[in-house]
Amino acid sequence: MSGCGAPEQSAALPANVDPGKEIVLTGRVLADGQPVGGAFVRLLDAAGEFTAEVVSSPEGDFRFFAAPGAWTVRALHRSGRGETAVSADGPGLHTLEVAVA
Amino acid sequence: MSRENVLVSAEWAEQNLDTPGVVFVEVDEDTTAYDGGHIPGAVRVDWRTELQDPVRRDFVDRAGFEKLLSAKGIANEDTVVLYGGNNNWFAAYAYWYFRLYGHQSVKLLDGGRKKWELDGRPLTRDAVEREATTYQAQEQDASIRAFRDEVVDAIGAKNLVDVRSPDEFAGKLLAPAHLPQEQAQRAGHIPSAINVPWSKAANEDGTFKNDDELRTIYGEAGLDGSKPTIAYCRIGERSSHTWFVLHELLGHEDVKNYDGSWTEYGSLVGVPIEVGAGKES
Repeated sequence: MSGCGAPEQSAALPANVDPGKEIVLTGRVLADGQPVGGAFVRLLDAAGEFTAEVVSSPEGDFRFFAAPGAWTVRALHRSGRGETAVSADGPGLHTLEVAVA
Repeated sequence: MSRENVLVSAEWAEQNLDTPGVVFVEVDEDTTAYDGGHIPGAVRVDWRTELQDPVRRDFVDRAGFEKLLSAKGIANEDTVVLYGGNNNWFAAYAYWYFRLYGHQSVKLLDGGRKKWELDGRPLTRDAVEREATTYQAQEQDASIRAFRDEVVDAIGAKNLVDVRSPDEFAGKLLAPAHLPQEQAQRAGHIPSAINVPWSKAANEDGTFKNDDELRTIYGEAGLDGSKPTIAYCRIGERSSHTWFVLHELLGHEDVKNYDGSWTEYGSLVGVPIEVGAGKES
């Protein structure tokens, strides 16, 4: 089983993921417009409840698979923090940016 | 159980990197994280290839655990300090293994890799060599591990704590939201379980909340302190985090981790399943 092993965070979707069926929240962490790798990126649901966390790739990329709803993506890094809200109503790729300062 | 016996701070850890008899062990969700930089002197345990039986769905057995720790250079009398990524999920899982096989002195690094990195403490890529030991494990401690029949019998009788996210509990998702959702088993939760996501017990920097905060969280969620408790998640590692909180930090006496968790329960034929947000406690 793949278990809970952290999947590599990259902009390209893994071959086994069908964006026609799943809600995929994907994006980058940026500081002053530059990608921030090694940021702790967490997905919070509409109630502000923690849902999942990944570490951004060296290119700043992160990715979550979510249920329909309103989500907040929050990034925490030594250089600062920031968050971005996103509303995902149906399957597909939802792209966002999170600026940390 | 007091915190000093089961937790070390990042400060303490940094001051004791070279202390004889203290062994740092990294256990990560992302098993490649160690290669990118680890705490100086720390050895790595790969939860997937080294803690699991390669064929059956089970742990390495006692002999396998002895062989693993001997090869890693961990002695029975060593104090083992475990740490890892994602708020110590897999470090807590390994902690539970060490307890299961009777290791005397094992502690978690509070906050794990995350706190260490946010603090800007040193990481290195230097290879770590430790002289092999002859480790001797105990028989598995059955008092901290739950199996499926016991879980079914616990419905409505013991505390069942589902530590997954609310959407997994409700049956909207089958896996944590950073993982693909392709599993085939049924979604939902064990009837009578309360939903206290593991993350409630952690601060944003990955450290554990204080005892008063923790008591409030589980009390308000409806955990009955007079009853035995079984914690579960999807594959048993997030519930190890909660097992650690309830058994090791709060000192509840009868707490078991159900490592079969939802991937087993949600695939059993004929057992009751509840969907939706569950009853208000």
